[in-house]
Amino acid sequence: MAAGVAAWLPFARAAAIGWMPVANLPMPVAPTNKNKHQDEIIILNVSGRRFQTWRNTLDRYPDTLLGSSEKEFFFNEETREYFFDRDPDVFRSILNFYRTGKLHYPRYECISAYDEELSFFGIIPEIISDCCYEEYKDRKRENIERLMDDLEDKKDSKLPNMTFRETMWRAFENPHTSTMALVFYYVTGFFIAISVTTNVIETVPCSSMPNQRDVPCGERYTEAFFCMDTACVMIFTVEYLMRLFAAPSRYRFMRSVMSIIDVVAILPYYIGLVMTNNEDVSGAFVTLRVFRVFRIFKFSRHSQGLRILGYTLKSCASELGFLLFSLTMAIIIFATVMFYAEKGSSSTKFTSIPASFWYTIVTMTTLGYGDMVPKTIAGKIFGSICSLSGVLVIALPVPVIVSNFSRIYHQNQRADKRRAQKVQKARLARMRISKSGSSSAVLHSKRNGLNQSLELTGSLEEDQQLKKTTSLLESQHHHLLHCLEKTTNHEFVDERLYEQGYLQTALQNFPSQSPSLSSEEGITGTCCSRRTKKNIQALSATHSHTHNLQELSALHIQCGEQHPLNTRLALSVSTEGVSTCKLHIWSIISNQALISVK
Amino acid sequence: MSVPVKRTQWDEDLSQFRKDHGLSKKVLLNCCLVRRIISWASPKQKDSVEDELELSAARHRPEALEQLEAQTRFSRKELQILYRGFKNECPSGVVNEDTFKEIYSQFFPQGDASTYAHFLFDAFDTDHNGSVSFEDFVMGLSILLRGTVQEKLNWAFNLYDINKDGYITKEEMLDIIKSIYDMMGKCTYPTLKEETPRQHVEIFFQKMDKNRDGVVTIDEFIDCCQNDENIMKSMQLFENVI
Repeated sequence: MAAGVAAWLPFARAAAIGWMPVANLPMPVAPTNKNKHQDEIIILNVSGRRFQTWRNTLDRYPDTLLGSSEKEFFFNEETREYFFDRDPDVFRSILNFYRTGKLHYPRYECISAYDEELSFFGIIPEIISDCCYEEYKDRKRENIERLMDDLEDKKDSKLPNMTFRETMWRAFENPHTSTMALVFYYVTGFFIAISVTTNVIETVPCSSMPNQRDVPCGERYTEAFFCMDTACVMIFTVEYLMRLFAAPSRYRFMRSVMSIIDVVAILPYYIGLVMTNNEDVSGAFVTLRVFRVFRIFKFSRHSQGLRILGYTLKSCASELGFLLFSLTMAIIIFATVMFYAEKGSSSTKFTSIPASFWYTIVTMTTLGYGDMVPKTIAGKIFGSICSLSGVLVIALPVPVIVSNFSRIYHQNQRADKRRAQKVQKARLARMRISKSGSSSAVLHSKRNGLNQSLELTGSLEEDQQLKKTTSLLESQHHHLLHCLEKTTNHEFVDERLYEQGYLQTALQNFPSQSPSLSSEEGITGTCCSRRTKKNIQALSATHSHTHNLQELSALHIQCGEQHPLNTRLALSVSTEGVSTCKLHIWSIISNQALISVK
Repeated sequence: MSVPVKRTQWDEDLSQFRKDHGLSKKVLLNCCLVRRIISWASPKQKDSVEDELELSAARHRPEALEQLEAQTRFSRKELQILYRGFKNECPSGVVNEDTFKEIYSQFFPQGDASTYAHFLFDAFDTDHNGSVSFEDFVMGLSILLRGTVQEKLNWAFNLYDINKDGYITKEEMLDIIKSIYDMMGKCTYPTLKEETPRQHVEIFFQKMDKNRDGVVTIDEFIDCCQNDENIMKSMQLFENVI
């Protein structure tokens, strides 16, 4: 129950007078306020800054340091104030929590300092109010990640007892761990660069003699290039095999993207070795050499930025898909329109709709090669519309992709999506907990049977027992709910019991199988039923008894119609009678077990 | 803002104005039309003035402490405590019905307290202006906590009589009792049946309606309650709440 609303409890209790003429049962005795001293102002001295508040304000939350007797440890006799040697800025938020019932997290405050203060004053962070809760959780997660990163770094430097295989794998993954790994890293990088450069230079025409036609360097210096290629491929193969050997899970390694790129990079060479002098497939072999360009992707192991770019493209798949889809739609529309617009003109290049696709793409991306131009007026009009719309269609998804890239670079995007779902779920869970917390507190105190003793024939010992377990505010709230129960002649139960009772009412519509049982056990059942039902719940939580309990609740409902009589009987049973009733109920249960077995 | 005058006065004023300034009716009409167009085109200015008024109405300061002390049966200290709690939850000084329902629902987490809170709100809002100020609040509490039994029963009758006509009909009572049962919520033992509120109303009317005319008047109500021991005892229950 929120603290601010606690001030309205007297009003709620006064309004309960509206139920009194309607109720048919006597009301329970109200809990008395034994220590009715005047409300005083207490002084809290936090590192020199003095805060003052009413004592009642602090008493609203009895399970925190300031609300319980724990603060007496900090009481300073000479100055008659409570002295805390803590941060006064954070204390401001904590004291505001008592005043308003809402705990706020100030953004300028360090998360770990705040956590420490909260735990010192006995306040759980989960009650931070909605306005500040997300911020708090974000900062907390960042902090934890930072701590984990620190831990990982520390871990990397030690660990003496790793196997050779594990050392190798670590060397491959983090080049900074040892000098050998660094050397290996740079060597492979160098050879990737060499390989890519040779592939490029191979095709450049280097003129040998002025009168001969230009031949590409690859055909002129075939052997040199072949040696270069062999060396690179050998290095790459050795590297791949070493990684395969060192990988902790070989199957997973072989499925990963980087290893596939490695394989694709070196495979053409081996295929080329195998089928050198076969004229038929040499054409295919030439095409295979194209795959050598994939060696450049091996650089992504060496560059963090490249990896992030790849990851961005992967995660922006939906935006890219949208871009592609909208482009395709526009291309088809405009190509069709242009084709039919240019159909009339003679010697037109727009021979078919697929032929118009090329014009549309070139126009929409504002390239405008000029190899295909419309000649009719209608064609020109639609052509201009096409180029204008192209700018729009392409300009729309691109900023999204760009912003995604920058976001991933700050390692936020993936956490955002998952965090949004979790926060919503967690928030609903928290609201449910706080709501059920107050209702379960009532049921808990009922189960302790303490409220029973506060019938009009109330006894005083249990009253004092009450004070120890619950605060005055709680006991007053429970008394209010108890009055409501008496007015309506129904009791609050929790979900479980409600469902059982619901099943029983359904079953009751069909004739029960043991009429003799009810008549036999009827009298003992009713008088102790309501009080001991709760004891049964406390005693038997096992499944085997639920059947018996359902039988009992059938009894309850059958005799539930004659309410006033039962309650008088229940009232007259004293507390000693409870234990004898327990024995009665156990006998009933055992009898029922026997009967159900039969 | 000037108080709107009666229409006849306005007509006379207008004709006088025209005579004084020698304007024809047409010119005046055009003037008004232009002003109307301007005001339609820029509605914001009008709204802001009205908003200001609304804001100042929402902030309410209660009467002085001495006056409240004289009007209610609370001591000065008690009024101070009450006001502090009141102002904490409603900084603007008045409670409207939604806030009232929200506050009251916090005490009954298992059920739906909004209907009963609505009836309570009507009972507290004695001048029926849609909001409960601190004076209304404290007057109501004074009756409930420090009043005589007669006054309390009067208040209860006023609560049950929804349309304030002096009679409690069966329908009104059914509404009240249904709202009380709503506060219990779903998970009760024994489970709430459809006819339970109706039965409760029957029992109530059997007890209260002496002349069997289908309605309960204030006198029947007070007589019957004063003869019922349970009710008398429970009326004294909340004496020491403050």
